[in-house]
Amino acid sequence: MEKQEGPDTAQVRLEDPWYDALASGWSDRDSTGAPAPGAPLGGEDLTAGRSAADIYLEVQRSEAFQEVRARYRRFVVPASAAFLLWYLAYVVAATTAPGLMARPVAGAVNVAMVAGLAQFLTTFLLTWAYTRHARLRRDRAALDLRWDTQEMTRGAGR
Amino acid sequence: MNGDHQALALLLFSAFIAVTLGITTWVSRNRHGSAEEFYAGGRLFSPMENGFAIAGDYMSAASFLGISGLIALYGYDGMLYSVGFLVAWLVVLLLVAELVRNCGRFTLADVVAARMKERPVRIAAGTSSVTVSVLYLVAQMVGAGSLVALLLGGTSEAARSWTVIGVGALMVIYVSMGGMRATTWIQIVKAVLLMAGAIAMTVLVLMRFHGDFDQLLDSAAARSGHGKDFLAPGLRYGGDWTARLDFISLGLALVLGTAGLPHILSRFYTVPTARAARRSVVWSIGLIGSFYLMTIVLGFGAAAVVGTDEVRASNAAGNTAVPLLALDLGGGAGSTGGAVLFAIMAAVAFATILAVVAGITLASSASVAHDLYATLRRRRAAGPAGAEDGDGRYSEVAVARIAAVGIGAVAIALGLLARDLNVAFLVGLAFAVAASANLPVLLYSLFWRNFTTRGAVWSVYGGLVPAVLLVLVSPVVSGSERSFFPGVDFHVFPLENPGLVSIPLGFLAGWIGTVVSSEPPDAAKHAETEVRALTGAGAV
Repeated sequence: MEKQEGPDTAQVRLEDPWYDALASGWSDRDSTGAPAPGAPLGGEDLTAGRSAADIYLEVQRSEAFQEVRARYRRFVVPASAAFLLWYLAYVVAATTAPGLMARPVAGAVNVAMVAGLAQFLTTFLLTWAYTRHARLRRDRAALDLRWDTQEMTRGAGR
Repeated sequence: MNGDHQALALLLFSAFIAVTLGITTWVSRNRHGSAEEFYAGGRLFSPMENGFAIAGDYMSAASFLGISGLIALYGYDGMLYSVGFLVAWLVVLLLVAELVRNCGRFTLADVVAARMKERPVRIAAGTSSVTVSVLYLVAQMVGAGSLVALLLGGTSEAARSWTVIGVGALMVIYVSMGGMRATTWIQIVKAVLLMAGAIAMTVLVLMRFHGDFDQLLDSAAARSGHGKDFLAPGLRYGGDWTARLDFISLGLALVLGTAGLPHILSRFYTVPTARAARRSVVWSIGLIGSFYLMTIVLGFGAAAVVGTDEVRASNAAGNTAVPLLALDLGGGAGSTGGAVLFAIMAAVAFATILAVVAGITLASSASVAHDLYATLRRRRAAGPAGAEDGDGRYSEVAVARIAAVGIGAVAIALGLLARDLNVAFLVGLAFAVAASANLPVLLYSLFWRNFTTRGAVWSVYGGLVPAVLLVLVSPVVSGSERSFFPGVDFHVFPLENPGLVSIPLGFLAGWIGTVVSSEPPDAAKHAETEVRALTGAGAV
């Protein structure tokens, strides 16, 4: 599979209409659309005679990668905890506190109906927030790292 | 239900079969027989196409007819299902889709095996993937048999058997001839049909109530015979504590199981990049979310227009609520409009079943050929490595095509055997097994630095075995009049869904296996997985 990736991915990248929208945000492009801070990955001389395993370890330790990973985790961990807790709270409330859930809000609409529709709403909102975060804060830096890493592993034996 | 709809419905069924077979022939016209082509459809679908296909893969007849039927019968408690089915996609979007696209090639086991000793991990993950797929497939096949018989009026044993055989034969043809490309297009067509049908019905229901949702709820509550209780939770799951815990267990399985379903995971490999995988999930969340919102309107609409008692009289599980609603909205029984709308809804349900079973068959044939067969063959061949290239790949696809036939045969046989049994729990069980056996190993592999081979193997079997065993000693198999074996009683576990116990066990087993592991974790492999997952370096 190594032998395919060079020409294939390059070609795919040119043809992909969805690559052109990369980091097209207008608000925080300057601070985050640019590659993550940190020293550029090792140059040609560093890769000579090294195995792919060493290269991946080096990339993993690089500041640029640590930044991408931190940005991903800082969003995903709290967001996942929040929506799972909110969903569990909803299910547990629906099964154990039907009295509370039956309380009317407006007309025929009660607390349960509002909570159920709120689950739909929060799912849509979190989807939007996550993709926006990924597009603006992660995609560009991750793509740069991808090309750098592939450049380094190209010559390396496995 | 009289002869008119049946003739029209049969005509529409045949038209859909003709279109899908046409797609299959057209797609397999110039196939290369490569693994990329068969398992991943060439990886060049656009996010929108894949989003529709994911939605088509995920929304089964159980969602379309089952959930709106549950709402028509039990009101709010039916809605609880749809929330779980939708929120599950956040797990897929945030934690799984992009990383799996970057790390794997065709199956779930690819992601795990990249970090671990390949052989035991592939056998474990392959086994659990096939188990999940077969459970889900049998549920769909039996559902298809009773559904088509119900919609066409013929409830004879022969009609149901032939439906199961016919659905099985069709899915084998789609998959073995057309691979992922044909499956994807069938799912896209189905998703478009399903959305169009749901939108049309929703608009008709809302027009009937002059766009007033409040009035719709009031009429539903009034005609349900339960009054205001119909709009609050508790009618179905509000009994004793066992019933409540059972629902919490099911809710947990639904929300965590989706991310472990093999046929959903394999869909992310059909797009070129992780970014495209993310955008596919966004499309599918939009489609699935709006679809479930519409099922709420349809369910309460069926209660308000048709009436809960009439729905229950037609089918005790509520599966005919939407077709009955269509009949009424089209102008009532005996009218042309009613017959046409009824036949269209029946055809949409049929298309839904075919698209879903094709997706599952493809994913399980990939697990058999790519994970189980390739691993077992490799030991017999000379070396542990190097069996991947050249002619090896072509024969793997041939095996996958044969596996599709074999899985089809197994599914038909089990579907015929289980024909008269209550199989509704099988869907919940498939989600519970996926959440207990597949999700822990996937998340540990992607996020845990110290995870080891033993941890991976233990976490798969530690989730799979308890889930299956707990079901065997649960009320669904014995001890109640709705069980598999109503005559005997050997049940010791009170819940119908094992998720509440088996999901934590799967995570726990993975942790214990890792802690007691004699081999140290491989830092270099972890670095490779992490770098590839987050950047896409080296992704195929």
